[in-house]
Amino acid sequence: MPVTSVLRRQSIDFPLLLIALLLTTFGIAMVFSAGQIDAPSTITAGAWKRQLSWFGLCLAATWVVTRGSVRLIEWSAWPLYALSCALLVLVLFIGTGAGTAASVKGWLSIGGVRIGQPAELAKLATTLMLARVLAAQREAPRSLMDLWRPLLVVGIPWLLVMKQPDLGTGIVFIGICFAMLFWAGVQWQLLLMLASPGISLVLAFSTGVWGAWFLILVALVLWYRPFLAEGVVVVVANVVTGVVAPLLWDKLKPYQQKRLLVFLDPSIDMRGSGYHVTQSKVAIGSGGLFGQGFTQGSQKRLQFLPERHTDFIFSVVGEELGFLGVSVALALFLALFLRSTRVASRANDAFPSLVAFGFVAAWFVHVMVNVGMTLNLMPVTGIPLPFFSYGPSFLLVSWVAVAVLLRISAEGRGQPDAIGL
Amino acid sequence: MSYHPNSVLRRARVARGLLFVSFLALGTAFFRAQVLDSASYALQAESNRLREVPLPGARGIIYDRKGEIIAENLPGYSVSILSPTEDSLRSALRTLSKVITIDSAQQALAVRRYRRAPTRPAVIFNDASFQVVSVLEERRVEFPGLIIQSSPKRYYPDGEAMAALVGYTGEISEDELTRERFVEYKAGQQIGKAGVELEYEEQLRGREGSRYVEVDARNRVVRDNGVRADVQPEAPAPLRTNIDLDLQKYAHDYFGDSLRGAVVALEPATGGVLALYSAPSYDINRFIGGVSGAFYQSLLDDEHKPLVNRALQGTYPPASTWKLATAAIGLQLGLVTMDTRMERGCTGGYYYGRVFKCWDKKGHGDVTLAQAIAKSCDVYFYQLGLKIGLARLLAGGVKLGFGEKTGIDLPNERTPIWPESRDYFDRKYGARGWNPSVVLSLSIGQANNAQTPLNMAKFYTALATDGSAATPQIVAREPERKQILNLTAEQLEGMKMALADVVSRGTAAGAQIRGLTIAGKTGTAQVPPLKDFAWFVGYAPADNPKIVLAIVIEEGLHGSAAARVATKLMERYLKTQLTMSSVTND
Repeated sequence: MPVTSVLRRQSIDFPLLLIALLLTTFGIAMVFSAGQIDAPSTITAGAWKRQLSWFGLCLAATWVVTRGSVRLIEWSAWPLYALSCALLVLVLFIGTGAGTAASVKGWLSIGGVRIGQPAELAKLATTLMLARVLAAQREAPRSLMDLWRPLLVVGIPWLLVMKQPDLGTGIVFIGICFAMLFWAGVQWQLLLMLASPGISLVLAFSTGVWGAWFLILVALVLWYRPFLAEGVVVVVANVVTGVVAPLLWDKLKPYQQKRLLVFLDPSIDMRGSGYHVTQSKVAIGSGGLFGQGFTQGSQKRLQFLPERHTDFIFSVVGEELGFLGVSVALALFLALFLRSTRVASRANDAFPSLVAFGFVAAWFVHVMVNVGMTLNLMPVTGIPLPFFSYGPSFLLVSWVAVAVLLRISAEGRGQPDAIGL
Repeated sequence: MSYHPNSVLRRARVARGLLFVSFLALGTAFFRAQVLDSASYALQAESNRLREVPLPGARGIIYDRKGEIIAENLPGYSVSILSPTEDSLRSALRTLSKVITIDSAQQALAVRRYRRAPTRPAVIFNDASFQVVSVLEERRVEFPGLIIQSSPKRYYPDGEAMAALVGYTGEISEDELTRERFVEYKAGQQIGKAGVELEYEEQLRGREGSRYVEVDARNRVVRDNGVRADVQPEAPAPLRTNIDLDLQKYAHDYFGDSLRGAVVALEPATGGVLALYSAPSYDINRFIGGVSGAFYQSLLDDEHKPLVNRALQGTYPPASTWKLATAAIGLQLGLVTMDTRMERGCTGGYYYGRVFKCWDKKGHGDVTLAQAIAKSCDVYFYQLGLKIGLARLLAGGVKLGFGEKTGIDLPNERTPIWPESRDYFDRKYGARGWNPSVVLSLSIGQANNAQTPLNMAKFYTALATDGSAATPQIVAREPERKQILNLTAEQLEGMKMALADVVSRGTAAGAQIRGLTIAGKTGTAQVPPLKDFAWFVGYAPADNPKIVLAIVIEEGLHGSAAARVATKLMERYLKTQLTMSSVTND
């Protein structure tokens, strides 16, 4: 089917485009506000202009990407995946740190100029690759053995990212993986068994809670009746992770331990990340119902709020636009996710459907972790807020995802009632 | 994958459900923080950005009885700095010390002030010179957090004359901060350290105002004014005292640099303190804004101890000035009248186990009590003391107030020495370690008797009036008087006549001019190894006393020296010529 005819016959998904445009405009406005501080700093004051010009580039990229068919996208999954893995390896050797994660080698620089984070590309490429692999399987995986391909696809970039170490992006990969397995029809019992070693790892810090979890797991294994070998592997894996958790804890870098502990009690590190979270909560709380007014937030202006234009940009929304502004922002995100889920459920094939849902999952994890962090509902992992946080490469990747979604939507089933939506 | 539309729709429903639940949870969390708990977060945001800069309140002005100024406030400047951490304070001090001189002691002091109250600006100079202020104002932008503001500075126009009386002010110490009296005070504030300034601290204290500046996360002052309405400091009502500044200054001039001792002048009817001076004195203005270590050390090292307030802390044997007490006790007990003579006339000494000498070797012959007071005959008082007996003499002294403080409204008054009973001697020397003949020495104001000039002045207010002693009062209020002499009008009149006789007997020429006389008693206290101390306690005019005056001159040799000074001071106060023609040398 010629590209142009598709777009002509199936009109553009305007609601989706509108939501994405609104989010980006809102985001650039907040980047502008984040630069308005009482002690002028040249770095942050002009950030909004750079973000705006990148947005222009994003729109151009969007137009280009929508020209390519879903089939072309499917075809590009392999090379993109290979490229991003290669870059992730490269960044381990020549990567540089930045911002909150100065010790993390996540940035690729040429001649001292940071040109982007390979992890952003990897998220996109892994989603495409995972969709390809899952779409190729006729039946939904029913055992852990069936999952080896998808797990390998996610596992390679995940390990490379964790090696940086970038805990936040690692969480996003896990989120993408589970969401897409779910969308591919993997049963929840199997997903739970897959996740169980990780759950054990977390719960191992309280023997009683871990014991209760272990009993539930054993009951689940007996009920779901996986292959005997797999059942044994799951149970043993849980015992092992339960036992080695304290050892793993010791292997974490001190700043990682600190971030997790600070999440439980921000007051233990009032000079470090506990201070950030506390100031963020103060900023959001003092915003009240209507906020202190655009660009007027005192926590931001006087720089009590850290990382105003990147990780903690949502705190600026909370402080300056109040609960009202927060509600609008969250409503826009919810609308984006619902609309994208609709695109996923109306796609004309398994691959585009999985890709669409994978994007929803990636954004969702970003939003939950980032927004949750500003109120200390989530640990500080330093992952950005899509469309809001200043950062050209992430904005570009997000808009490429929007473009892919637009294309999938355009190629999707025309009549909503065909599948009962 | 199983891509049947129905199964996809089922998963989409689950996904939508999860999305709604997640966003509902987030929304609820924001609702709680921004709507329910907003007030407390808003408060935290305010305390993040606003720093209270105290505006020191001017202290109350202290006036004398005629409205002359004893203590006032001059405009001054304080320099302080707001710092987020001790380290940044230290580095700010280092930078500042390149522009102005701050010695290491001042730097250490600023750091200590910071530690005591980290949210308040740490004071570097309480009283900065105009030069320092202009240098800093010029380069203000280089020092974020620097706060220069006017700060009233205490000033005593007659500082040299006032040390013993008015005290001085200074920054509250760590020790004082822990006291219950100063529980409302904050580190860095000025308080009264001595004298009236300390005693009346609560009335004199200026109410501190405050100004707010907006600071950023690094505690740099971003906005200086208009952040929030200032609270203006308030000065309290002035304090009016009974002091006669002219007399006080005159006493200072009269003592000059050569005389040491103390003088206390009281208004007999009210107990109002007209003057209270201790010599050697020092300029209390040098204590304002922090006394220099060298100056303070020189005061401590001075062999004449200028820091001791002799008027209420110096205890001296009252010597003959105390004979009036012996006489009063004898009269009250009905043992003698003013005309009573003793068994033995004075032959220059009296034998009681050993010879007790009279000050006059020639002897005074057979004298009445009135004459014995006038001539200050020791032998007469030895015998009177024996008649009274030790126990009754001690009890009588206690009743006259010689064992207790006067209750003056000044801090650190010293309790005089007077044995409350025979037990005192048993305690001090052991039951057999003392001889009851001590009663002879006690009756002439020697032995275990040491009184402050203030206490002697208080006793004489009773003689000058109707027999009731007035509590000395610096600040005018309801007089407190207590009847201590239970004498008949006739007896009291006799005592007064005898006292007037001391100074007027002999030549009446001077008195005839003005018709005013002094009544009083000299004393010469032996304070080995020093030369004798000279006492005079008396009042004037004799017939209608307006001023009671007690004076001690250390190493003044004999009472007449003290009497001469006393006369000058009384004259000054009464603005008239007084007669003091002849004074017995005890």
